[in-house]
Amino acid sequence: MNYDSLKGSVSSKPVRQAFSSGGVSRQAFLSGGVSRQAFLSGGVSRQAFLSGGVSRRRILKTGAAFAGAALAAPYVRRAEAARLKVGVLLPNSGVLAFLGTKITQGMELAINQSGGLLGGREVEWIRLDSETDPAKAPERTARLVRRGCDIVVGPVHSGVLLGMLRVLGGTNTTLLIPNAGAGAATGEHCGENIFRTSFSNWQAAWPMGRFLAQRGLRRVTTMSWNYAAGTESVQGFTEGFASLGGEISEGILAPYPAADFHSYMTKLAASDAEAIYAFFSGASAVQFVKQYHEAGLRDRLPLYGVFLTEGTLEAQGVAAEGLETTMHYADDLPFEANRAFRSAYREAYGVDPDVFSVQGYDTGALLVHAAQAVGGDTDDKPAFHAALRSFRGVSSPRGAWHFSRAQNPVQDFYLRRAAGGQNRYIETIAQDVTDPAQGCTLV
Amino acid sequence: MSFEFLLLQVLNGLHHGLLLFLVAGGLSLIFGLLGVVNLAHGSFYMFGAWLAWWASGVFGSYWLALPVLLVLVALGAFGLERALFRYIYDKPHLVHVLLTYGLVLLLDEARSLLWDDDVHGLEAPPPFARSLELGEDLPDYPVWRLVVSGFCLLLALGLWWLSSRTRFGAAVRAGVERREMAEGLGIDTPRLFLLVFVLGATLAGLAGALATPIASVYPGLDAQVLILSFVVVVVGGIGSLSGAFFAALVIGVADTLARDLVPAFAGVAVYLLMFAALVWRPEGVLAKRN
Repeated sequence: MNYDSLKGSVSSKPVRQAFSSGGVSRQAFLSGGVSRQAFLSGGVSRQAFLSGGVSRRRILKTGAAFAGAALAAPYVRRAEAARLKVGVLLPNSGVLAFLGTKITQGMELAINQSGGLLGGREVEWIRLDSETDPAKAPERTARLVRRGCDIVVGPVHSGVLLGMLRVLGGTNTTLLIPNAGAGAATGEHCGENIFRTSFSNWQAAWPMGRFLAQRGLRRVTTMSWNYAAGTESVQGFTEGFASLGGEISEGILAPYPAADFHSYMTKLAASDAEAIYAFFSGASAVQFVKQYHEAGLRDRLPLYGVFLTEGTLEAQGVAAEGLETTMHYADDLPFEANRAFRSAYREAYGVDPDVFSVQGYDTGALLVHAAQAVGGDTDDKPAFHAALRSFRGVSSPRGAWHFSRAQNPVQDFYLRRAAGGQNRYIETIAQDVTDPAQGCTLV
Repeated sequence: MSFEFLLLQVLNGLHHGLLLFLVAGGLSLIFGLLGVVNLAHGSFYMFGAWLAWWASGVFGSYWLALPVLLVLVALGAFGLERALFRYIYDKPHLVHVLLTYGLVLLLDEARSLLWDDDVHGLEAPPPFARSLELGEDLPDYPVWRLVVSGFCLLLALGLWWLSSRTRFGAAVRAGVERREMAEGLGIDTPRLFLLVFVLGATLAGLAGALATPIASVYPGLDAQVLILSFVVVVVGGIGSLSGAFFAALVIGVADTLARDLVPAFAGVAVYLLMFAALVWRPEGVLAKRN
């Protein structure tokens, strides 16, 4: 593969500059461009053709590096020690790109608020575009490791996460997951080196199941795309709902990634359920909510969900007004930390944060905390991981949380109602929700 | 499954197919006449959609935005044809794929720089921003969907007339069948190529604009529509407008009904159909057998 041309995606500037939006988008372009080129080559022949040139260049480079090392060894070593390499695998292109932006912004804010250093060391960020393609995840992750990252942050998508785990599972490379909720990461594939600052798909849905049962609903139809995050979310909802006597009327799975949901409205309209639980996020949530509204089903069949209105209220407009969802965050949570976070975020980026920004922010705060606790010595992995585990998110915008033994957040869940472009806090419906972490050997 | 239910699903499928035809029809003509595998065709759809969203905000009206965006897409296509495409007509397909895939990346990045990577919604324009009530067990039907379906049908009729009743259409058909012979008869093929390219791109842009109040805009629209469009071109036969029309409707309906009848295969139903069509009629379902 053509690693040399990926140089543009590496930023060795201090945090502040490396994170500047111009830099990010340029990097996104370069990394996206190169990797997609590799995809395009499709023929082995083109890759083989490229590799000839690359290997020659690499030999030259290696030679030059040796010569340089011989001359300047002491200086090089000191500079290396000063800089902490953090790999980032988030989507810079495609439909999930805006989640990557929100997470990156949150992380930047947290680190900048602590002076832009991690444990006194400058940070060298190495960013690759995940392209939200699970098939490319193992290779991209391995590339980050080869480039000397012993901390990796990512990804957004559950499928990509499973690909990353194949490379990082059982290693000493620290993985911080700022979004992807695949249960396996803190379940059967959990490990000392794997931390999640967001949620598990099961965990995010289970409180909603309990809540609807407590409201007195007995029959609910579930709907999602037929992919890992969707089925795990429906599973969590179903377990919560059934634990208080609820029953699933029908479980609809749409082929991933079908864009037009109107044909499903016909099906839902004929449903005998009392409500719908839908798992959609981002663009699909916009389409689903708008089409649900247009089909006139809001009054006949109340719609509930988790991510359904997160970061999408502007695009959904009136169709989302009044929708009730449960999440581990609400825009106007009555914590001082949340108010401070929101005004700092707005000042830094000119936009309002959402739950993805919060998860990025907590990931940044976690890095700051742990690097400080070990005095910047992240090479002592047992100590560094113990420091990460000891994190207490007391100043998190979402409210205090800590890691479970499987290293997934133990956190509260809130009922929110969409009103005037905000997901407004109504009440706390579940406290200290812990993922069951099935199959995790750490538990 | 009641009769009304089935009828409504067929209507949904036809709507899906008619929109698809606007994109795939142009793609098929460009492929058939110009011989270019244009992976960037979906990008015109994407730009149509994003321009519809953006211009509606700027002008405060979808109806004002529509002509403006059509002109912009047509101008963009004109520029690309003059600057790039006309130099590669005689090159092998690999060159087409490389160039147009590069264009896909550039155009998508341009979109990202011009606007952002977020998802944006657009309300259906007045007076069509409402839904018809159909009955108790049926969903309301958004009027905009009917309008779009009807409009696409009119356009398809217009294209049929253009293709079969005008000199221009005859020249295009001649070019698709035997380009050298058409040139020998004095048909100015470079000009013809330009017109067909711009027409195809503008139709794709129009489809994107019509779909925006239904589907919203977000990154990745181009790839989504391109793949299905190629399926339509393959099933309908390269360069055949009527074939593309027929194939788009069949695929739209099959894609929709498969979700109800065989949910387990809903994701692959369209591709199975393509496979069957390739075995049965590799030249296209409406092609004359040689």
